[in-house]
Amino acid sequence: MIELQHVSKKYLLKKALDDIDVSFPIGKIIGVIGENGSGKSTMLKLIAGLLQPTNGEVLIDEKHADRKISTKVAYMSDIDQFYPFFTVNQLVDFYESQFQDFHREKARDILRLMHIEGDEKIKHLSKGNRGRVKMAVTLARNAPYILLDEPFSGLDPMVRTSIVQGMIQYIDLQSQTLIITTHEINEIEALLDEVIVLRKGKILGQQSTEDIRMEYQISVVDWMKQLYEGRTKYE
Amino acid sequence: MVMEFKPDKPIYQQLIDKVSSEIIRGDRTAGDKLPSVREFAVETGVNANTMQRVYREMEHLGIVETKRGQGTFVTENLERLQELRTEMKQLYIEAFVQDMGKLGFTVDEMVEGLSQYQEERKENDD
Repeated sequence: MIELQHVSKKYLLKKALDDIDVSFPIGKIIGVIGENGSGKSTMLKLIAGLLQPTNGEVLIDEKHADRKISTKVAYMSDIDQFYPFFTVNQLVDFYESQFQDFHREKARDILRLMHIEGDEKIKHLSKGNRGRVKMAVTLARNAPYILLDEPFSGLDPMVRTSIVQGMIQYIDLQSQTLIITTHEINEIEALLDEVIVLRKGKILGQQSTEDIRMEYQISVVDWMKQLYEGRTKYE
Repeated sequence: MVMEFKPDKPIYQQLIDKVSSEIIRGDRTAGDKLPSVREFAVETGVNANTMQRVYREMEHLGIVETKRGQGTFVTENLERLQELRTEMKQLYIEAFVQDMGKLGFTVDEMVEGLSQYQEERKENDD
């Protein structure tokens, strides 16, 4: 389980996260949603051990999240982070050398599903295909926690669909937990078990998506809008 | 292809309705094998947990049966399938009556309207 206890994160004077208490159950797909600047990416980087909180504690399976947590957590950044001169195959080799839980065969399967050729250079790939490659090497890790930061931003609908299918097919919820930040909720609404709504570094709500549909008869997007407008009280 | 879902009803229920309709229409018949949870999840674009729940609930409702090591099948209990047909009919009638009721129609008017509709269709067929 992932737990954030009284977590705050300040960048100079700006508070990105403000005294957050939240836990992420295992075996689920959880969406962290909210407007730009609400603290979504900061939250993910704290869980990945890439940032340290200003106050409070981030625990993963009861262990403090630091850089070594990358053995348990696979993190996909929202920016392009690969060496452009690598071919796709070289990138797969590189990932295999870095992560013990990396499965070469799984990577190949996902790349095939997404119609990516192994001998292409990263720098020659389209933006959509770079997004697919990034997803393939992340999902090819059998890490217990997989974090995806804005996996759909700037990608066309075809790419989004193939990425969603990759997620459903290659994540094993018996042993893995997936956390996604996004502001394109419609795309993955049917995929999420649970959502956490952030606004200005605070948590506005956390609820199961099926419960939202059952209790309020509205979409997750509308529920979020209501929370933002203060029309639905969350306790 | 990936399914579209309505926002006002849990997805697992919409999926149960979908499979039930397919059975009633005869697209899936008694003893037919359903896809695996994972396959069906990918096909419809939902999460494997949701699909697992769909299978569990359908089994609970007696619409499907899981045979160990073989997969999940549409029940061969024809009586249950007949019941399912009646239940679905009831469900759609209730929804129809409720919608018409909101427009101010009485049940008598609905019945009258339906028989009129049937007459007209018969005439058109001639």
